[in-house]
Amino acid sequence: MLTALAILTDGLVYAAYLFLVAVGLTLIFGVMKILNVTHGSFYAFGAYGAATAVGIYYDRGLPEAGGFLFMVLLAMAIGLVLGFVLERGVLRLVYGKDEVVIVLVTYAVFLMLEDVIVLIWGPRSYGAYQPMVAAGSIEIGDLVLSNYDILLVAIAALVALVSYWALKYTRYGRLLTVVIFNRETAAAFGVNVTVVYTVTFVIGAMLGALGGAVMAPKISVTLGIGVEVIVLAFAVVATGGMGSIEGALIGALIVGICRAAAVHLVPQLELFVIYAVMALVLIFRPYGLFSRAAPRKI
Amino acid sequence: MLSRAHIAGVLAFAAVAAVAPALPPWFVSLATIAFANALVVLGLIILWRAGLVPFGQALFYAAGAYAVALISRYTSWRDVFLLVAIGAAAAGLLAFLIGFLLARYRDIFFAMLSLALSMILYGILVKTESLGSTDGFNVEPGTFFGYRPRGAALNLALFWLVLALSAVAAFLISLYFRSVAGTLAVPVRDNEIRLEFLGVSVNRLIHLKLVISGILAGVGGALAALAVAHVDPNMSYWTTSGGFVFVTILAGAGSVAAAFVGSLVFELLRSIAVDLVPGTWQIILGSALLLTILFLPEGLGSLFQRLRRAPQQASPEKA
Repeated sequence: MLTALAILTDGLVYAAYLFLVAVGLTLIFGVMKILNVTHGSFYAFGAYGAATAVGIYYDRGLPEAGGFLFMVLLAMAIGLVLGFVLERGVLRLVYGKDEVVIVLVTYAVFLMLEDVIVLIWGPRSYGAYQPMVAAGSIEIGDLVLSNYDILLVAIAALVALVSYWALKYTRYGRLLTVVIFNRETAAAFGVNVTVVYTVTFVIGAMLGALGGAVMAPKISVTLGIGVEVIVLAFAVVATGGMGSIEGALIGALIVGICRAAAVHLVPQLELFVIYAVMALVLIFRPYGLFSRAAPRKI
Repeated sequence: MLSRAHIAGVLAFAAVAAVAPALPPWFVSLATIAFANALVVLGLIILWRAGLVPFGQALFYAAGAYAVALISRYTSWRDVFLLVAIGAAAAGLLAFLIGFLLARYRDIFFAMLSLALSMILYGILVKTESLGSTDGFNVEPGTFFGYRPRGAALNLALFWLVLALSAVAAFLISLYFRSVAGTLAVPVRDNEIRLEFLGVSVNRLIHLKLVISGILAGVGGALAALAVAHVDPNMSYWTTSGGFVFVTILAGAGSVAAAFVGSLVFELLRSIAVDLVPGTWQIILGSALLLTILFLPEGLGSLFQRLRRAPQQASPEKA
């Protein structure tokens, strides 16, 4: 019973993490049809930014609650700048090329940004544990839960709700939906697709940085975290259906629970299970769980 | 069948093999790895011509490498020809089985599924103690029909082996490119439904391409395992696949020779960059990839073709 509960809570926390890193990726893919490898860099920059912010903030002995907010804001500001520069500076040049070629362009930028991180922050690793310690923990029966983990799940839920609401009920969200369905028709009806692309990419980048920021206190912020996260995010997004936000949510939940179950029951399968789930889903639903099959063009 | 390009290729391989003993040892080691990887890239070029980019080719690379490593660990077989053949067969069989699934996918979905499959292997390798876990394990030095070189002689012998296999592979693949199945690659990329209407099974065509590229990746992995004398799970990680795709784009799908030149340029670029500007080599590689895509979308190989095509285009005007 305790194991089942632990699997559920661990799974939820892991799913929250997966959703936060996958939502920006799926948004960018849905609107722009770009599988963005650079998303791993957004995550890494967010985490490094958060670590820096925590370092600055907690050294001054300011009230603890504000530290988390400062950390998130700084990381998202980094995401904003990075996303804007990338979209305007690089991606603009390759729109219209083959999807796979654009993946490689983002892969090239990802490689470069990996070294930019070393140039800015150096090769050492950073800790940003203070917000997590400050949050404390609660006991429910025999189960000890970190408040920070609960916050993480809450943030993921909030991001899911806000993005759902924004897509369905705001003017900009509806424009996005139009562009997702058919870019050319949208452009013909006067939607400024260029601006939509820029804004979407920047939002996606900020979400990636947010994912990195909120995870920074839980991990050791070190080289290579972007490499790891990008392939995880791919797995989630491919499982759920690329370009679908509810897909990313369901994909994150499935993968999260499966991994937690593996960790508690058969630890050897921990890594295996994530990609096995993805492969299994793709075998039966090649476009993921929540995705329209594309019409074949002759 | 033998064209001028074939003769030039044979001469080039023979020339490199002849001067190999005079080359500095670091270059021999580097070129061994570069040509082993070039075989993987050759397999990627076959798929890339049909518009397919696998982001998990390291699956077959690692399969070939681990097959060699396991055989050399648990049996007394040391002959490199036998080991490489087993590596190729293991990867080819894997590609054949996976092909039934993978050949149905296109575009980004092909890339993603192939990535997932290679990451499954990575997950298994990392977590299995008997397969060496994250550390991997060492590969015993090989023998060549009873000849047991050590040290520099072993490196040289391995280099000759890689060269010989590369030459054979390059010849066979260039024949494949001219065969019916090979030339159908571009129509697959351009419009496969039309091809189906003409009575060609595109899935079977792609399945064949997958098996060929899997075998090539298996040979490459087997050779790399012998050359480095070590295998570890990183051989199946997505960054390894990414590196192969990188070289494919750098080289371009235009010709067989491009795979070898591209792979050698890549390894040289990498080792020079690591040497001269440590900590920024990924920036250099990334910029090289970006500039190639922007300004040389057909890859480095297209430079040679432009040079070769220019006089041919001029000749009809004279007549």
